[in-house]
Amino acid sequence: MKNVVLNYLRKEMPLPNVWCPGCGHGIILTAIVRAISKMGWSKDEVVLVSGIGCSSRAPAYLDFNTIHTLHGRAIPFATGIKLGNPDLKVIVITGDGDGSAIGGNHFIHACRRNIDINIILFNNNIYGMTGGQFSPTTPNLANTVTTPFGNFDQPFDISKLAIAAGATFVAKSTAFHANLLEQYIVKALEHKGISFVEAITQCPTCFGRRNQFKDATSMMKWLKEHSITKSKFDKLMEEDPGSIGKDDIVTGIFTDRNDLPEYIEQYRNKVQELLTQEKKHGK
Amino acid sequence: MQIKFILGNEAVVEGALSAGCTFFSGYPITPSSEIAEAMSRELPLRDGVFLQMEDEIGAMGVIVGASLTGRKVLTATSGPGFSLKQEILGYASFTEIPCVVVNVQRGGPSTGLPTMASQSDFQQARWGTHGDHPIIVLSPSSVQECFDYTVKAFNLSEKYRTPVIFLMDEVVGHLREKVSIYDSSEIEVEDRAKPTVPPEQYHVYGDGKELVPPLASFGSGYRFHMTGLAHNTLGLPASDPGNVVGFITRIHEKIEKNLDDIIIHKEFFMDDSEIVLVTFGSTTRSAISAAELLREKHSIKAGVLQLVTVWPYPYHLIEKLNNKKKIVVPEMNLGQMRGEVEKVITDKKILGVNRIDGNMITPDEIIEKILKG
Repeated sequence: MKNVVLNYLRKEMPLPNVWCPGCGHGIILTAIVRAISKMGWSKDEVVLVSGIGCSSRAPAYLDFNTIHTLHGRAIPFATGIKLGNPDLKVIVITGDGDGSAIGGNHFIHACRRNIDINIILFNNNIYGMTGGQFSPTTPNLANTVTTPFGNFDQPFDISKLAIAAGATFVAKSTAFHANLLEQYIVKALEHKGISFVEAITQCPTCFGRRNQFKDATSMMKWLKEHSITKSKFDKLMEEDPGSIGKDDIVTGIFTDRNDLPEYIEQYRNKVQELLTQEKKHGK
Repeated sequence: MQIKFILGNEAVVEGALSAGCTFFSGYPITPSSEIAEAMSRELPLRDGVFLQMEDEIGAMGVIVGASLTGRKVLTATSGPGFSLKQEILGYASFTEIPCVVVNVQRGGPSTGLPTMASQSDFQQARWGTHGDHPIIVLSPSSVQECFDYTVKAFNLSEKYRTPVIFLMDEVVGHLREKVSIYDSSEIEVEDRAKPTVPPEQYHVYGDGKELVPPLASFGSGYRFHMTGLAHNTLGLPASDPGNVVGFITRIHEKIEKNLDDIIIHKEFFMDDSEIVLVTFGSTTRSAISAAELLREKHSIKAGVLQLVTVWPYPYHLIEKLNNKKKIVVPEMNLGQMRGEVEKVITDKKILGVNRIDGNMITPDEIIEKILKG
């Protein structure tokens, strides 16, 4: 079977890619490409927008309309592209630092604004591109190059943040659960309004080796063993909450609702209404 | 053509609409707010987009993104907001994405004097963002010039694929004057060049030699990449030294080789002048009055050289003043433009008339300083 991803690679981009051996980003990127392919969208109508960081290097490898913007700023650029031409399918690729630290304000406001763009956040719990400093999702007491005595911050749960900020589609999976991740991304792309998919991934180079993971495989095993589905989590919360580990990753679709108007649709409808009124009154 | 009696800030909106602007994003800040307010009323009913963002950086990202879909885009800000625009101004300059950024200057530094006049962002407009980058900056002195040169700002931005900064000040922004408004059929409107080659042959940065390569829009069938990293003609990351040098040289040359087209200036009583007042923005108004009074009351032959294009700085126009007896630079800052004049006029002292208290420089202040020597 031919790998569907090959149809979407930008031939002029030199390989191998920038990511380290064992990095989970390629798995997530593959899931995104498969999901786009399933949507049947043409390359010309898809726009990938990224910020800065390891995850944000992804779009350059793909033969869509692609833009690698500035640190934290992918969402504003994507918002402008979508409003500028609402026919385009706009997908943001970001990371935990890019999306929830420097771009955190744009992120929460995009969640509340409900413009039909898709945000896919590669969460590897670390700033990899700059050499392994702690990020807003680095676990408490974890070791990084800027937390030599352990991380004293408490980590963000970015999916919960998205839900609280009003996002109308929120899902989470991991690089280990690649097929499930792909299914969630398809659902996100189908969703009208803002959609957010958090993909937990491993960074063996910057996070793993400083935190007792001997290699990428052991990190993926950890992802497998510490992930619980939302339905299982809900059940355990009732029956045996003590069995849920503090670092466990709850996966699933947390929010999928259509009760809020999509921004552009509401804007267009209102303008149409006003123009019709003006015509009626012979203005 | 329509005659209106409006604010400078409102004339900017009229100019933008006549120039074909269909997209505005901004964040509330004084004294530029009327621009956003007028855009929020005007754009939606003209099939345009108005979006107020969560911050200045976001608004700047939004307009640059929208420009890539082929829209002519505008944002407007003041003081601290202009500092926040710098990050993405650098991106737009380096990736060559057209956009117009209005800065209605107010007193600084920091939060400074939010509703008072200043011209102290003169150097920031040139060098606010990091790295060697080209930029075009225009500065109006009247409400009519707000209209006329906003149109010009869009035209230059489209023609040269570059951000253009429209450097106003609080006086001009909040001044109400009679102004002639022309619709787009009555004025010259430039649109960016679009590719004519088939998509598979398209390079978003041309052949590397063409000074201003055509810019395709996202969704038009021409797929390309953009990055703020050093890039090759396809827009893909490329950091080899030869490529970087060629690229940065070209983006500067596209401006430097077209100074005749880009530089706008006005002269008042210059022919027989012995003393020349070099000005930009609202200070020009006081300078013209001062020159008139100097001639009438003191028999001093004073003239005014008003720079509308302040960056690239018109050094060649300043060089021509070498034979004048005295050169005076009135500006609402501590001498930010005087330093540029001093770069080319080195054999005499350049007289500065400076004010930093949020009030305009009066004609009398200029006259007094000249009479004192």
